[in-house]
Amino acid sequence: MNRHRNTAAVLSVFFMGLGQLYNRQYWKGLLLLIACAGSLGYFIPNLVHAVWGIVTLGDKTGGFVKVGKMYEPIKGDHSIFLLIDGLIAIFLFVVFLIIYIMNIRDAYRTGKQRDDGGGPATFRQTLAYITDRKFPLLMLAVPGMGVLFLTIMPIIFMVLLSFTNYSMPQHIPPAKLVDWVGFQTFVDLLSLKTWSRTFLGVFTWTIVWAVVATITCYFGGLFVALVIEQKDMKFKKLWRTIFILPYAIPQLISLLIMRNLFNGEFGPINNYLASFGLGGLPWLTDPFWAKVTAIVVNMWVGIPVSMVLIMGVLTAIPKDLYEAADVDGASAFQKFRIVTMPFVLFTTAPILITQFAGNINNFNLIFLLTNGNPVNGDYQYAGSTDLLVTWLYKLTLNNSQFNMASAIGIIIFILIASFSIINYRRTKSFKEEDMIQ
Amino acid sequence: MTKGLRLTLSYLFLIVIAVCCIYPALWVLVSSVRPGTSLYSATFFPKTITFDHYYELFHSKVFQYDRWYLNTLKIATLSMIFSTLLSTVSMYALSRFRFKGRQTILSTILVLGMFPGFMSLIPVYIFLLQLNLLDTHAAIIIVYAAGAVLFNGFVIKGFFDTIPRSLDESARIDGASHLQIFYRIMLPLGRPILIYVALTTFAGAWVDFIFANLVLRTKEKWTLAVGMWDLVNSYQNSNFTMFAAGAVLIAVPITLLFVLLQRFLVQGLTSGASKG
Repeated sequence: MNRHRNTAAVLSVFFMGLGQLYNRQYWKGLLLLIACAGSLGYFIPNLVHAVWGIVTLGDKTGGFVKVGKMYEPIKGDHSIFLLIDGLIAIFLFVVFLIIYIMNIRDAYRTGKQRDDGGGPATFRQTLAYITDRKFPLLMLAVPGMGVLFLTIMPIIFMVLLSFTNYSMPQHIPPAKLVDWVGFQTFVDLLSLKTWSRTFLGVFTWTIVWAVVATITCYFGGLFVALVIEQKDMKFKKLWRTIFILPYAIPQLISLLIMRNLFNGEFGPINNYLASFGLGGLPWLTDPFWAKVTAIVVNMWVGIPVSMVLIMGVLTAIPKDLYEAADVDGASAFQKFRIVTMPFVLFTTAPILITQFAGNINNFNLIFLLTNGNPVNGDYQYAGSTDLLVTWLYKLTLNNSQFNMASAIGIIIFILIASFSIINYRRTKSFKEEDMIQ
Repeated sequence: MTKGLRLTLSYLFLIVIAVCCIYPALWVLVSSVRPGTSLYSATFFPKTITFDHYYELFHSKVFQYDRWYLNTLKIATLSMIFSTLLSTVSMYALSRFRFKGRQTILSTILVLGMFPGFMSLIPVYIFLLQLNLLDTHAAIIIVYAAGAVLFNGFVIKGFFDTIPRSLDESARIDGASHLQIFYRIMLPLGRPILIYVALTTFAGAWVDFIFANLVLRTKEKWTLAVGMWDLVNSYQNSNFTMFAAGAVLIAVPITLLFVLLQRFLVQGLTSGASKG
């Protein structure tokens, strides 16, 4: 007997909720009917227009049309709004489709239950089933929606943008339309002299920066931690509290303070140098020194974090390793080289990679400290200390080169992703998470 | 190397570092009570002390520091509550339940974290425009809360993974529902990580200016960070002492919280770093 299951499923295919009504689940059916009617009311007028918008990005520009003796403004297609509206509609439609399929499956299952002689679940039972067996999905639904519309959709939008020509001065809506151009943006970025020179320069500096910044902070933190954790040091807690201060002060503030400290004309640092009879240094105005300043300031900001992490690791090293080394007559340095260092490196290797990836994206430090300056005449919209991320920011918000910015964003993503995948393969939480328990 | 020499050198080294750590903060504190407006000063400590700059921040027509302070407090508190709630609940689900698509969700969270955050600035801006949410505090809170799930996810999950599963299994046998297990077992035991997440999201909302700057258009709605950014851009060279006063007011609450709760920060940092 499969009379009920087929009838219910077919009815639910026809219109969401009908199968449930047929199964005598009136509340559920009614709710689904209303939801479906509402959704169709939205999709019928919008969906076709949405797809049309994404495919064509609009076909008439705004402007003024002469009507009789007067010029009247006409509303043109705004390519970017069309693109986003289209994406939103399609995303909503996908959500709707998923619910629709679930509705058919539900009708089929309840029908099957009835065929097998059971009664349909009551509304109360359904609720209980959802909050118990489907609990994780229920809990993930709200944050999931937030992430879908505020993170995933924007990222897809930006990826799409890199295949358009959305940029100043030629293609800024509403006055002009934006078109799909395929991989042209990437080709321009790598082959047009002005762009490729900037890209190569900024890219090289980003890598150099990430390597140097990560290494200085890591080993600086290691050294400080080792000094504090010596057996006979006093006031360990006090030192730690003082050294954590740079981490505790919000970066927005501390970096703006640093900008003033290193001010070439009036800043205190050059004042002190002058009072010792030394000439001041162009801390933030010379391309080379600005890079040095950025790395020094980054040490100030970053060493506390490494220190805290490594201090945690140091206390976890089994004491008997040292005792064994003592028995073998190892010197202090040998103990460090053979016991401490391998242990610390082994435990903190994933952090090292995370910090490296974080430094590639270290927007705050560069943006707040140097703002990418000093200006570099050879570069397109970038300064000497600009990282890929700060360049992306300038291209987006100051120069309206949206397509280029998106292309760079994708490149940053590929860069970070390749490092993170190495890290990801090593982390315990994925490989053996069920083994901890 | 003798023991005495080693200790002396160590202490000397620590003192130098301590001076480097404290100096910038102290310098700004001192600058904020120095008379006059200039960045340059002949001596480190001023001869007289004035609180005019603080007074001016709250009473000048250009700045609405009191208002911004309230705005920021509201936004930071609400985003802290919502993001902690959303991220702990979802990570509880991901840490404790095995269901279809779980690995996909975990990988998605990881991948999404790798895109530069403000790549999504423009689309989110247009999205908020469509929803008529521009220039509202609600928009900011929603975006922060949604972002926190991605940002803090693995830290929380890593910590939840270490809570023995036998605890919730026995509670389950005693008839507790999933939600009861969540707030009777996971939340109390996860307190250190909860404090870490709450603290970092609060601090994040307190000082974020990139997104706030984009969304908040009218001066009455601004947050401290946006106001500060404006102050720096338009007055930095002409009125440094006022900047210093503003900086002190923004930094002090966060710094105090961080120093007082440093135990939890250490735990959070360590938990997040090894990702479980």
